[in-house]
Amino acid sequence: MTWLETVRTAFDAIRSRRMRSALTMLGILIGIAAVMLTVGLGQGAQAQVASQINALGSNLLIVTPGSATAVGGIRGGRGSATTLTASDAAVLADARVAPDIAAVAPVSTSSQSVVANGQNWTTSIVGTTPQWPVVRARSTPTGRFFTAAELSAGAPVAVIGSTTAEQLFGLRSPVGQTVSIGGAQLTVIGELNPAGSTVGGDQDDQVVVPATTFAADLSAGTPSISSIYLEAVNQQDLSAAYQEATNAMLTAHGVTTATADFQVGSQAALVQTATSTARTLTVLLAGIAAISLLVGGIGVMNIMLVSVTERIREIGLRKALGATPRVILRQFLTEASLLGLAGGMLGVGLGVIGALTLPQVLEQPVTLSATAALGALAVSLVIGIAAGVYPAGRAARLAPIDALRSE
Amino acid sequence: MTLSTFGTSRAEAVGAPAILELVDVGKTYRTGALTVEALRGVTLSVGDGDYVAIMGPSGSGKSTLMHILSCLDVPTTGRYSLAGEDVSGLAERQLAEIRNRRIGFVFQQFNLLASMSAWRNVELPLVYAGVSRPERRARALEALGRVGLAERVDHRPGELSGGQQQRVSIARALVTDPTLILADEPTGNLDSVSTAEVLALFRDLHEQGRTVVLITHEAEVAAEADRTIRVLDGRVVGDDARAGGRTP
Repeated sequence: MTWLETVRTAFDAIRSRRMRSALTMLGILIGIAAVMLTVGLGQGAQAQVASQINALGSNLLIVTPGSATAVGGIRGGRGSATTLTASDAAVLADARVAPDIAAVAPVSTSSQSVVANGQNWTTSIVGTTPQWPVVRARSTPTGRFFTAAELSAGAPVAVIGSTTAEQLFGLRSPVGQTVSIGGAQLTVIGELNPAGSTVGGDQDDQVVVPATTFAADLSAGTPSISSIYLEAVNQQDLSAAYQEATNAMLTAHGVTTATADFQVGSQAALVQTATSTARTLTVLLAGIAAISLLVGGIGVMNIMLVSVTERIREIGLRKALGATPRVILRQFLTEASLLGLAGGMLGVGLGVIGALTLPQVLEQPVTLSATAALGALAVSLVIGIAAGVYPAGRAARLAPIDALRSE
Repeated sequence: MTLSTFGTSRAEAVGAPAILELVDVGKTYRTGALTVEALRGVTLSVGDGDYVAIMGPSGSGKSTLMHILSCLDVPTTGRYSLAGEDVSGLAERQLAEIRNRRIGFVFQQFNLLASMSAWRNVELPLVYAGVSRPERRARALEALGRVGLAERVDHRPGELSGGQQQRVSIARALVTDPTLILADEPTGNLDSVSTAEVLALFRDLHEQGRTVVLITHEAEVAAEADRTIRVLDGRVVGDDARAGGRTP
């Protein structure tokens, strides 16, 4: 009996029990679609996080206080230590110390309420230098960023994010308006381009002011520097810049690598940290989906066992008419594989439909990959075969006379 | 002992060369501690083109005999050769091939596959013989024509009467052009009209020179055959070829 005939026979058997075959396939279908969607959602989330972080600037390094030591303990943390100073920023900006660092932007932050136009809005206030838009890859399509002269003069100017602008001024242009922060009156001179949210918070909801203005009017005492953003000259020099920044900081603070009170993070490290959370979640969800797939596989096995019991006479007849045990084995295995494969194909179909509609409902991107689809098909085929082995073996071993005799 | 019995049975075979040859065949079933001797040394031979009925009450061993004759089972002791080929020691796979090639089955329960049309049922043995699809269809249609069902080839078993279903299964038995047609209580589920039709078909087949072995417990059915072998308690107790039998 040729393979074509075997497949045809299996197909006939599946078709003659439509309802049952459909229910059996449903188990596999749901499992495959669930695996595809969870993996797709997880990968979509990872890709989204990565692209948002990349949008922060491609050659970015971040110096933060505190340190993760080699043994894995953490010495302080972001915000819990105040070891960064303005002179660190000056050292890092020195072209003789760190030739591969193109721009430096120390950042102090605080959360305060901003009043303007009768509206009150609590947001993040950032005190920094004119280098900030360069380092953070931001621009001011409306208005302008503050200048070095305004920085040294401690001018009462502010550049605000689009979300902040909308909250305070609605659809009107914020440029030229006055905002009041903690009693200080600042003139809005520019609005930042929209950048969306990242793990670091909403990049469109902040007010950026000169560091001097921040120190004088917006903080009690000398403000601490929460992080220093660095931009490498180019991507190739990123690791050189990393080394220079680390060495310069070690020298400036008079510490060794083991006692370092700061951390230099690269964007790659940031992406890794952020996506690893998403990945953990993906693995967890995919695990649950895989269990549902397993249940589907057990469903196929169950149906095949019932089918063998129910079709004992048919098996006996086929054997009497000349089917060898091997042919019977192949027939039932093929039937189970076809059920698995058909369920898998429908599952991939449902997964694709889900991946196309889910982003509209959840506002979450879903990554679809051909590899995942082909993998899902292969898995469903393997499940079909695995679920078919035992029932098919039973069918093949049936003695024809016992099979024919059964009522 | 086996050899001498073999010799005797050869001597007894008259006319046509023997196509079925059983020599001192015994079959013992073991179920747990219980041993059942279903056949206790059966020696018989059937010539090519014979029309033989095997009769016996239930429990006589005639079903066991039928299973061995049809290569669905192998004897515990003794020898069975079919068309000159010793099949008593063959493995399952080889027996399947012999059944496919040599034997056409007709069952009491018809054993047609309900989901398939008449011609698909008839072509089934040819599928296992590895015959190509177009040839299978041609041969199945021809076999259905020979049993008078040329108009019903696309009907499913459920759409046919009992007599028609049994004719479909006779067509299925014929389609491989087997050495032997083996019918196990073929009229057991049929009314008298259908019984007459089916028996007429067997008569025709016999007249075309086929070997037909019919297993039955009905004397009227057995009377149709040219020779009746009576089985009781696992032994052959009677073997009479009727005078005027139409054995060619």
